[in-house]
Amino acid sequence: MSAPTLASFDATAAWQLSEQVSLRDESFGALAYHHGNRRLVFLKSRELVEVVRALSGHESARATVAALVPELQRSNYEAALASLAVSDVLNVR
Amino acid sequence: MSADVTLRDRFERGLAAPICLTWELTYACNLACTHCLSSSGRRDPKELTTPEALGLIDEIAAMQIFYINIGGGEPMIRSDFFQIIEHAVDRHVGVKFSTNGTRIDPVAARRLAAMDYLDIQISIDGADAATSDKIRGLGTYDQARRAMDNLKDANFGQFKISVVMTRDSVEQLDAFEELARGYGAELRLTRLRPSGRGVDVWDQLHPTRQQNRDLYYWLLDRPNVLTGDSFFHLSALGTPLDGLNLCGAGRVVCLIDPVGNVYACPFVIHDEFLAGNIRAAGFDAVWTNSELFRSLREPGNPGACGSCGSYDACRGGCMAAKFFTGLELTDPDPECVFGHGETALAAKRVEIRPTPSPDHSRRTKVILGTR
Repeated sequence: MSAPTLASFDATAAWQLSEQVSLRDESFGALAYHHGNRRLVFLKSRELVEVVRALSGHESARATVAALVPELQRSNYEAALASLAVSDVLNVR
Repeated sequence: MSADVTLRDRFERGLAAPICLTWELTYACNLACTHCLSSSGRRDPKELTTPEALGLIDEIAAMQIFYINIGGGEPMIRSDFFQIIEHAVDRHVGVKFSTNGTRIDPVAARRLAAMDYLDIQISIDGADAATSDKIRGLGTYDQARRAMDNLKDANFGQFKISVVMTRDSVEQLDAFEELARGYGAELRLTRLRPSGRGVDVWDQLHPTRQQNRDLYYWLLDRPNVLTGDSFFHLSALGTPLDGLNLCGAGRVVCLIDPVGNVYACPFVIHDEFLAGNIRAAGFDAVWTNSELFRSLREPGNPGACGSCGSYDACRGGCMAAKFFTGLELTDPDPECVFGHGETALAAKRVEIRPTPSPDHSRRTKVILGTR
């Protein structure tokens, strides 16, 4: 499946960290490296890193965010997940 | 890859592990390029053994270092070269290695093509034999081209053609682009540094200020040309070039040399920038605890550049370029786009340049035939 665009990100789908990606914790959040396209991606909060790591344990991206993020911030987190999906850091499992 | 300013500040304070770790496998080299950063030639008898090299890869994997840049010397000269890179790739540590290509025969090319997580950079220093061989030795351009042909025939996929920008090669940018296109390869341009044997040729070979300006605009138009963040000193001309645009030495970058010494970056193989040796307590201990690296992660003193409106863009330039031209680290980069570095160099009444240490150059000149 090709990567979605920001607008077409489906938060109701079941997403996961791509098996091609290594994620390394850093003080500011984490660094993700995609071994396929050789790109580095910066996750700029620890909370976002937690959400990403939790994706595979929930039925959808939206359910993951709902479980971990206060209501007012949820749309921001879904947008962040959308940009990670666009960069191929996440894929549908 | 680009980063915003707050992220760059974080990077300047250092990371849990390097993003970009260069590991020179050996000081042995069958060529004797005039600008060699590591003054390579002869193997050092104290180079890491195979078990030590494999152990280092295990530590690199445990630190989640995403990939390693392997160089030398000529890394393919080590008889355990394939064992080392296969060990890395098996542990999901990506390998990018730089080679002069002389050892990539059809058999080696097929073996390389069968591996995942592997990038190859073949070095040339001119778009024709005359220009390139002047720096790398007679016959070396044809040998590099043969390596490229072999990789292409083996369906390796996209390899990289790596070129150091000299006063001569910078005039051939379009020809390099054409050459890369012909192979379906990526073009990678890096900065000539006055490091290693480069200290002897830098004065004559580094691009002029006008050439650097032309290069900057050429690169701006071509974000697909790779630079390894080499030219961030040129970002003072305006729009930042693609990359982190900072000196990563000891912060996001470092070098492990063939005997296990850890230096702040690949361009400062010198006692002054030696952080420690991996044989004592491992690489992680050096990366995390070295006094040198801790001091590099402190906010820097912008020195003479502090009053320049472009300091945020170029951060004062390259530490190695200053050090090996005899400038202070608080001086402007010798190739400052506004000429402040040239002024600083000219103002030195006595020029004292550090001699590269260590030096593994061969004592006699190598003459290579065209086979």
